[in-house]
Amino acid sequence: MERSTLDLWVGMFVIVGFVALTILALKVGNMGTIGGTETYQLSAPFTNIGGLKPRAAVKSSGVVVGRVAEITFDNEKFMAKVTMNIDKRYKFPKDTSASILTAGLLGEQYVGLEGGAEDAILAGGDTVKLTQSAVVLEKLISQFMYSKAAEGGSGSK
Amino acid sequence: MFNRGTIINVRNVGHHTVDSILRLGYATRFIALTLLNSGNSFLRVRLIIRELYFTGVLSMIIILISGLFVGMVLGYQGYQTLNTYGSESALGVLVALSLVRELGPVMSALLFASRAGSAMTAEIGLMKATEQLSAMEMMAVDPIARVVAPRFWAGVISMPLLAAMFSAMGVYGGYLVGVVIIGVDEGSFWSQMQSAVDFREDIVNGVIKSVVFGVAITWIALFEGYDALPTAEGVSGATTRTVVTSSLAILGLDFILTAFMFQGA
Repeated sequence: MERSTLDLWVGMFVIVGFVALTILALKVGNMGTIGGTETYQLSAPFTNIGGLKPRAAVKSSGVVVGRVAEITFDNEKFMAKVTMNIDKRYKFPKDTSASILTAGLLGEQYVGLEGGAEDAILAGGDTVKLTQSAVVLEKLISQFMYSKAAEGGSGSK
Repeated sequence: MFNRGTIINVRNVGHHTVDSILRLGYATRFIALTLLNSGNSFLRVRLIIRELYFTGVLSMIIILISGLFVGMVLGYQGYQTLNTYGSESALGVLVALSLVRELGPVMSALLFASRAGSAMTAEIGLMKATEQLSAMEMMAVDPIARVVAPRFWAGVISMPLLAAMFSAMGVYGGYLVGVVIIGVDEGSFWSQMQSAVDFREDIVNGVIKSVVFGVAITWIALFEGYDALPTAEGVSGATTRTVVTSSLAILGLDFILTAFMFQGA
């Protein structure tokens, strides 16, 4: 085969390959938004994190503002410590509260941040003090059963 | 003490063990020689480009078409199952993760082994049978540097590119079936996919897998060709062995790599 045709085909092959990789990175893996941007770290203690996993989204008013970086267990407080990477563009007041929420009934769990009213803002390395744990379905069911049982007991008396 | 049959059986086991160890050692020396001689072939890039045409460009059509169909099937089957649980919005996640992590690298490697690997073995085996390799040696041209190394690098380069094409085509096929034909919401298809697929964890690991498969396939294919008996029967046997061994190697390596890469996730 002629040299220039060969080069053309191979060049096309390599370009198509890299275009496919770029599509995967940008369109499928969503490299564009969070990951390339600068972040600062916040941590929050939770009594129960439920099924929260590293890389889960951190949302505020439904907007993804960061990702969960690390989940560890605090040996002194006996609580889970969730470290989050928050996008530098977003600022939160000192009295922000964090809660673990679920997307849909069986969906992924994520951290929801809700801003307070204070003027001072959280800086890198700060701790979010107001937290609300994940809703554990088993606990809810057992509470419901207890209250039902109590109702039934009082009703029969 | 033992009867004759047992002794023969034991002898056979020993023979096969020694034989396979010998071949393994020969194959290791072969890959080491190939790597040592690849400096030369990088100086003569034209040889690699020529081989890229035969291994990469000519495998592109089969990879693109199979990627599209695998993605479309994933779209249908995934929708059937997810619909039962009312979470068909996760279709994008299912299609993208299964393609990028597993099906893309593995399926394209299997296709590559049967499309390009077998051709490599047959070509080199025939070169050996027609004494072209010996002729090269007579002219003081090292056949490993001239024939084997360019093919090796062409295979290693084209494998990740082909796997990426397969995955991208598959995601598009899943999109075609899921969103265009069935009518899953387009926004949730892409946004759930983007929030679930991680660049480092999923895409880069898929690329690493395909590079490993590329090394394994071309190594096996080239070695089988180089080691083939210089007869018509020997070449055909070597080609069959290439496809069987490299397919098994791909699946085995895939399990090992998956166990290392996705243990926590």
